[in-house]
Amino acid sequence: MGEHIIELNGICKSYDDLEVLRNLNLYINRNEFLTLLGPSGCGKTTTLRIVGGFEQPTSGEIYFLGNKINDLPPYKRSVNTVFQRYALFPNMTVGENIAFGPNLKKRDKNEIAQGVEKMLELVNLPGFSKRKISTLSGGQQQRVAVARALINQPEVLLLDEPLGALDLKLRKDMQIELKRIQRESGITFLYVTHDQEEALTMSDTIVVMNDGIIQQIGTPEMIYNEPKNSFVADFIGESNILTATMICDFSVRFLGRTFPCIDKGFGTNMPVDVVLRPEDVELGIPTDELPRGRVVSCIFKGVHYEMRVVCGEALILSVSTKSVPVGTAVSINVSPENIQVMKSSEMTPDIIARKKAQLLGEDIDALMEEQEQEQEEE
Amino acid sequence: MKKTGFFSKLYIALMLIFMQMPIIVLMVYSFNDAASRANWGGFSLRWYEAMFRDATVMNSLWVTLACGILAAVLATVIGTLAAIGLNSMKKRAYSATIAVAYLPMLNAEIVTGVSLFMLYTKLNMQLGFVTLLISHITFCLPYVILSVMPKVRQFDYSKYEAAIDLGAKPSYAITRIMLPELAPGIISGFILSLTLSIDDFVISKFTTGNGVDNLSTLIYSAKGGFGGMPQKISALSTVIYVVVLTILIINYLRTRKSDRENLF
Repeated sequence: MGEHIIELNGICKSYDDLEVLRNLNLYINRNEFLTLLGPSGCGKTTTLRIVGGFEQPTSGEIYFLGNKINDLPPYKRSVNTVFQRYALFPNMTVGENIAFGPNLKKRDKNEIAQGVEKMLELVNLPGFSKRKISTLSGGQQQRVAVARALINQPEVLLLDEPLGALDLKLRKDMQIELKRIQRESGITFLYVTHDQEEALTMSDTIVVMNDGIIQQIGTPEMIYNEPKNSFVADFIGESNILTATMICDFSVRFLGRTFPCIDKGFGTNMPVDVVLRPEDVELGIPTDELPRGRVVSCIFKGVHYEMRVVCGEALILSVSTKSVPVGTAVSINVSPENIQVMKSSEMTPDIIARKKAQLLGEDIDALMEEQEQEQEEE
Repeated sequence: MKKTGFFSKLYIALMLIFMQMPIIVLMVYSFNDAASRANWGGFSLRWYEAMFRDATVMNSLWVTLACGILAAVLATVIGTLAAIGLNSMKKRAYSATIAVAYLPMLNAEIVTGVSLFMLYTKLNMQLGFVTLLISHITFCLPYVILSVMPKVRQFDYSKYEAAIDLGAKPSYAITRIMLPELAPGIISGFILSLTLSIDDFVISKFTTGNGVDNLSTLIYSAKGGFGGMPQKISALSTVIYVVVLTILIINYLRTRKSDRENLF
């Protein structure tokens, strides 16, 4: 990989007694689109603000191209920020907003005017230079904020949930737009979001954070397909997390049956957790070799159907383009490569409980009872 | 268009008449040729002439204006900076400081006046223009903080951060980005201070001395009516009233124009 443009070394940050970041280590490569992903309060925005220079870490060093920049104020750092609520200057026109940075550097007037036009073209707002900020829509303001930051040709562009205030359609368009801008400008992007889909769509690298600790760093595919722990599995996309036993290498037992898998090195007869993505759970005609269950709900989601299957004590989510009617007895099958085994210690009972509650809402107890009764009758 | 009823029009008219009547009476009598207010002696500008000739009146007018403008400017600067600083305080410290800052506003004027008088005596300060000015700044400050604070709280701090982020020094970011957005509050704080200062009598009476008189203390000492003073004061008041009214009308037209511009 390329050179490390930014490196965070053992960063800790606390406000009074509240620990926000705990020993954060992270580097960003040149031209990379890196996303910090996590729930609110996980420390992702604080990390961004430390890179921008708006917050000082309690301890740890931050390096920019190998130079320590802990004490460098924001106006001397060659990074620029796109703020969550855009933070455009309402007393200036679009053009004046974009020219704010270059004007401070006392560049040539004609050069600045040309630069502004070029930026407006890049963000698809040609001819908007004379417009007032108050006349722009949210999406347009967001583009102006990007242009205002990019015209300074920063080494790194920091984006703090820039699409949070936009509606779904606009957000999708802007995701593609931002990715295009990043490719065309060749600038390193450090992006903060809580939206896992946004992160998966745009990033080269995703850093999943929780409670001020990095949970996993990897490409979108890695994060999605091989979550390191139950938090990542739970946070990135829908998933079934089940308690299981690792019988031996390449063999794992869950839902009362033994499945072949591709994981090894967990020991023999060790308690583990398995993650099954809903789209990998195949529902078929009941057989003796596979765990059996009963479909308790089937919801049409547009592109696919979402089925919930009660199987013993577990509740399994399955996604398919074919619907299976409620009440159908089914078998559950998963291909070996789609079974993701994780260390059990990382799985907490409250996550399992929360997951179940999420899947079925308040009906969970009723359904469990129903299932038990059926089993007794059999 | 909504139809305005006869009685609501009458109500407004009566209200304005009652509010403006005393001033109108005063203005009319400033053109009275007679020395007494009891009878009308014909139209004359002689009190205006006398007023401009009277060094005492002109001197106290100068004191009032100088003190008013200086106090308003200084109170506005100090109060605005205080509001910005107070806003970034922690919640408890903020509440405590703001309560203390607003205290002079709730205090009876006489208490403020007497305590300032005692303070100056204790410090061996000679009563005069300086003590008058300091006192006026003191009682104007809470009003400036009060009118600027909502704008400071409204201000999206990330705009300041954005300016810094784009390479502006903190001082530039405050003057170029923050102050323009606080401007309405700052201007109203300034105007409030100016009117309060020109208006004040109680505190001024206690904190000035050595022949330095502003208009209110001068009028007070001249209430007996020696040398045609009330008529001269009436004339002066008329001049001030017309000037202030003109400024207010200009200001109104200006804001109405900029409001319209902002719509497009």
